[in-house]
Amino acid sequence: MDHLIGALIGAPLLGAGILLVGGRRLDRVGHWIGCLLAAVSFGIGAALFADMLGKPTDQRTLTSHLYSWVPVGGFRADVAFQLDQLSMTFVLLITGVGTLIHIYSIGYMAHDENRRRFFGYLNLFLAAMLLLVLADNYLLLYVGWEGVGLASYLLIGFWQHKPSAATAAKKAFIVNRVGDMGLSIAIMVLFTTYGTFSFGPVFAHATGASQAKLTVIGLLLLLGACGKSAQVPLQSWLGDAMEGPTPVSALIHAATMVTAGVYLVTRSGAIFNAAPTAQLAVCVVGAVTLMFGAIVGCAKDDIKKALAGSTMSQIGYMMLAAGLGPIGYVFAIMHLVTHGFFKAGLFLGAGSVMHGMNDEVDMRKYGGLRRYMPITYVTFGLGYLAIIGFPGLSGYWSKDKIIEAAFAKGGTEGWILGGVALLGAGITAYYMTRVMVLTFFGEERWEPAPDPDKTPGVEPGIEVHPGELPHPHESPRSMTIPMVILAFGSVFAGGLFSINSAFLKWLEPVTGHSEGHSPVSTWEVTAATLVVLVVGGALAWAQYGRRPVPVTAPRGSLVTRAARRDLLQDDFNHIVLVRGGEHLTRSLVYLDHSLVDGAVNGTAASVGGLSARLRQVQNGYVRSYAVSMLGGTAVLVAATLLMRAV
Amino acid sequence: MTGTIHSLWTTAADSATPLDKIPTPKIEYAQLSPVLIVFGAAVLGILVEALLPRRSRYIAQLGVSVTGLAAAFAAIVALAADGYASAKSHIAAMGAVAVDGPALFLQGTIVLVALVAAFTFAERRLDPLAHGRRVDSFAAQGSTVPGSEQEKRAVRAGFTTTEVFPLLLFAVGGMMIFPAANDLLTLFVSLEVFSLPLYLLCALARRHRLLSQEAAVKYFLLGAFSSAILLFGVALLYGYAGTISYGGIADVISGTAKMTPALANTTANDSLLLIGGAMVVVGLLFKVAAVPFHMWTPDVYQGAPTPVTGFMAAATKVAAFGALLRLLYVVLPGIRWDWRPVMWGVAIATMVIGAIIAVTQTDVKRLLAYSSIAHAGFILAGVIALSPDGVSSVLFYLAAYSFVTLGAFAVVTLVRDAGGEATHLSRWAGLGRRSPLVAAVFAVFLLAFAGIPLTSGFAGKFAVFKAAAQGGAVPLVIIGVISSAIAAFFYIRVIVLMFFSEPQPGGPSVAVPSALTSTAIAAGVAVTLALGVAPQYFLDLAGKASVFVR
Repeated sequence: MDHLIGALIGAPLLGAGILLVGGRRLDRVGHWIGCLLAAVSFGIGAALFADMLGKPTDQRTLTSHLYSWVPVGGFRADVAFQLDQLSMTFVLLITGVGTLIHIYSIGYMAHDENRRRFFGYLNLFLAAMLLLVLADNYLLLYVGWEGVGLASYLLIGFWQHKPSAATAAKKAFIVNRVGDMGLSIAIMVLFTTYGTFSFGPVFAHATGASQAKLTVIGLLLLLGACGKSAQVPLQSWLGDAMEGPTPVSALIHAATMVTAGVYLVTRSGAIFNAAPTAQLAVCVVGAVTLMFGAIVGCAKDDIKKALAGSTMSQIGYMMLAAGLGPIGYVFAIMHLVTHGFFKAGLFLGAGSVMHGMNDEVDMRKYGGLRRYMPITYVTFGLGYLAIIGFPGLSGYWSKDKIIEAAFAKGGTEGWILGGVALLGAGITAYYMTRVMVLTFFGEERWEPAPDPDKTPGVEPGIEVHPGELPHPHESPRSMTIPMVILAFGSVFAGGLFSINSAFLKWLEPVTGHSEGHSPVSTWEVTAATLVVLVVGGALAWAQYGRRPVPVTAPRGSLVTRAARRDLLQDDFNHIVLVRGGEHLTRSLVYLDHSLVDGAVNGTAASVGGLSARLRQVQNGYVRSYAVSMLGGTAVLVAATLLMRAV
Repeated sequence: MTGTIHSLWTTAADSATPLDKIPTPKIEYAQLSPVLIVFGAAVLGILVEALLPRRSRYIAQLGVSVTGLAAAFAAIVALAADGYASAKSHIAAMGAVAVDGPALFLQGTIVLVALVAAFTFAERRLDPLAHGRRVDSFAAQGSTVPGSEQEKRAVRAGFTTTEVFPLLLFAVGGMMIFPAANDLLTLFVSLEVFSLPLYLLCALARRHRLLSQEAAVKYFLLGAFSSAILLFGVALLYGYAGTISYGGIADVISGTAKMTPALANTTANDSLLLIGGAMVVVGLLFKVAAVPFHMWTPDVYQGAPTPVTGFMAAATKVAAFGALLRLLYVVLPGIRWDWRPVMWGVAIATMVIGAIIAVTQTDVKRLLAYSSIAHAGFILAGVIALSPDGVSSVLFYLAAYSFVTLGAFAVVTLVRDAGGEATHLSRWAGLGRRSPLVAAVFAVFLLAFAGIPLTSGFAGKFAVFKAAAQGGAVPLVIIGVISSAIAAFFYIRVIVLMFFSEPQPGGPSVAVPSALTSTAIAAGVAVTLALGVAPQYFLDLAGKASVFVR
């Protein structure tokens, strides 16, 4: 079976190759090829999963050594894969949700003339993400990591003719570079510390390194994770990344990319367990991001951006859990999987709504859509219930566990982290109810479609009739079926995982698990969660469901206005980093022009002058050539004799 | 050996029957078979010229040349596989010719280069039809005066000079012996055997015949001059050691030779050794085009028919560096403290001056000529290392460089206008827009010349500089790297010219070659990339072949 691991990555990679190299002649079948290869990859993943289930727990890890990539002396980097329970979970999530998003894109991108290229990039995204989770060493993981960065850049900027999309793609790429730098330095430090990149030996000897080194490695890994997973302070790219086509948002938020950071921290668990300072930093970052994303999500009127804030917040939960160590790893991953279902469903639902509403994204201009889009309404509604943690649905099982684990950390830290997580649950209920109410309930606040020539922000994949009121309609089958499937996952996945603690038992051999010492009982946590949930939901209902909603947003309080601007993150970045960077580059450019260029041009000019002068010797007369030879011989002979003399 | 030759001459005067004392030479035909096959094919080529009708000569000559060269290569591979490159290496033909790793490696390289060059020699699609017949790059009849009535008649009759093939084969035969020569006379004879056909080939261009003949005369005069210097050096070395055998001279230098007391007074005079050694080295430096013996190179490279230039630039360099290696590693290592500083100077001058003058060249062939001078300097840096790594890196560099050169000159033959090849650089402007493939291939060769990674040029340059640095020549390496940077300037300038300049109106067109030139160019690209991407295998091969027999 182990040779199938390569095929798992190979299938989408092959798809990307075919679609991107094949060119226009594949335009008619390109999307089918893309879907087929994503599905093949899922099929292989499922087969491997079945095979893995049939084995005893301690023999479930598969390894596959493809070839030695860089064998130079003691420096060894192999292209080798490792498929254990943790990787398997990701593989199924990536290929499963990924395939559904592929299928959805057939309908969503039907009118885009570059649909083939889009599917090529989607396949590339899957391949890179699979490589990331299947690598058995940090260097190969980094290749997948960068591949994910590239694919996200290509997809966010897919409508590159829109300046906003091109800018968003660049922003995502550049912000991610900061994180990547952290990861790459972490890998270098790892290599100098342990002398190898491979997970096995590194984790086996993790505790052997000094505390300072472990902390440095841990913090650098966290920096990398912050970039990919959009955690504070590197979260600013996530909201702008909504400029990409909606399936891309779904893919980035549910199946790939943002989960990479959580994977990295969980995979490197052995290092973090040995570095409590770094672990605490992970918790703090998770908790801060959790609140940050939730607050931003409350203020956004753009449905996709509200969902983006929600993703940030939910990934914050996962980070928080991963930072708790063995108490939380399993629940971080479990929440990641359930979140994969409901967030993908919510995004696809949002796309479906936009599809029917002339590509309008402002929720204040929706309203009452439940009558026109029943399937979208139901699936989105189930996703909504799941994400707020409605008892029995997926989110309930995973989020509750995280809150419980946060308390179980013990001490003051436990109380603070637990409290934040609990409060976050309430805010989640508030902003998600707001999204739900604004979109599907209340009166119809539709407005005529904008003229696409005047507003360049419109997604070009969708037919727009300027000046007409939208005619909301249900989306085609290719879009609704994936939504339905995801809704099933949103409802049942968490429950299935929790029967007999199945998920815990499945993942425990890889991540380890401990119960911790919770100062509060499970029932108390559940009850408190339900209370904040109801309060949050009721507040939102009171604010948006019972009163008419103004089509233009009111000015709002200072906090609301700050939250609308992503809590001034971009302003901070602009003033501190961009301005500072500009000054720095300007002075460097000046130095470059005056000093470096001066030296280079001066050298070039003098070489050219010397060359022109030396050329004169080459006069074409054989007699002068002969003289130069004679002279040369004389010099050589004399020099040889001289060498003996001295 | 010392004793035998001396006694041969001294006893000959007294003896009544001197002929009885001359032993029958023992020739190991099997071990010399590669050279013998090539010479046999050359003689067969002469017979073809004499006996076959004009029409069928072209095909017959091409067949004989290709078969002969391929068979010679097969023989070399068979010898190497039989262990003659390592364990069984020894000196054949009464001490005249070495059969060892470097010799076989270089012979193999030369034969392969010649095989590819034979394809470019045989190309008949590039020139327009001359009175309904396909013609190649060579004069209709070499003996006619340019512009004369005779010449016009020959052109009208559609004559072609198919003698170039046997000439090529004779030159190849000489070049194969040159790096294997194990005594000074064999060295000199093989030098002449390959030089004379080259002088002739240079004179045989179909277009610009006067330029071509001028180049040939210059090459001949200067070549004869350098041969004289070399021969003088040979005489002085014989005077020093009393023998012409490499091993014998080395023994005298190291003081381990057994000498007859009568001769002890006249031999082992170090002045003779130093002057003689320097002069022999000068003769070889002329062939590799090292400064200050490089002046012929641009003129000859420009004037000679381009296929000949390509062959000459590639194969002569391989043969001459092979001979230089053997001379310095087998004969003169005992006085390395005397010649190494001098060779340092030569290497530095060659690298720097070659690179600097190339900067202002405006003709593609002259540019490549100066580039070949700079490369000679880089190779010299490896030669001076005087270590097994030095030998293997030079062997690798030679193999890599010769295929890049062949390919580059083959591309030059494609870019043509009404007057034949358009070699002025201004005419190449915008070539990348009109013929992206040809320009891209040329760009690959230029990048290889410049030593950009993933081309053979980088691997070769890295290997020789590494060997030189390990041999203690760090300043040399630094100057070499600076020269490489200067050289990169003019290589990349050509790329910029081809891809980023506007094409000239009425600029040259790119001729569509037959499969022959295409094969040659493809071989050049393939070797360039293969040696660039996976150099280790070939470096290992060169490493295995780096031990000289004594």
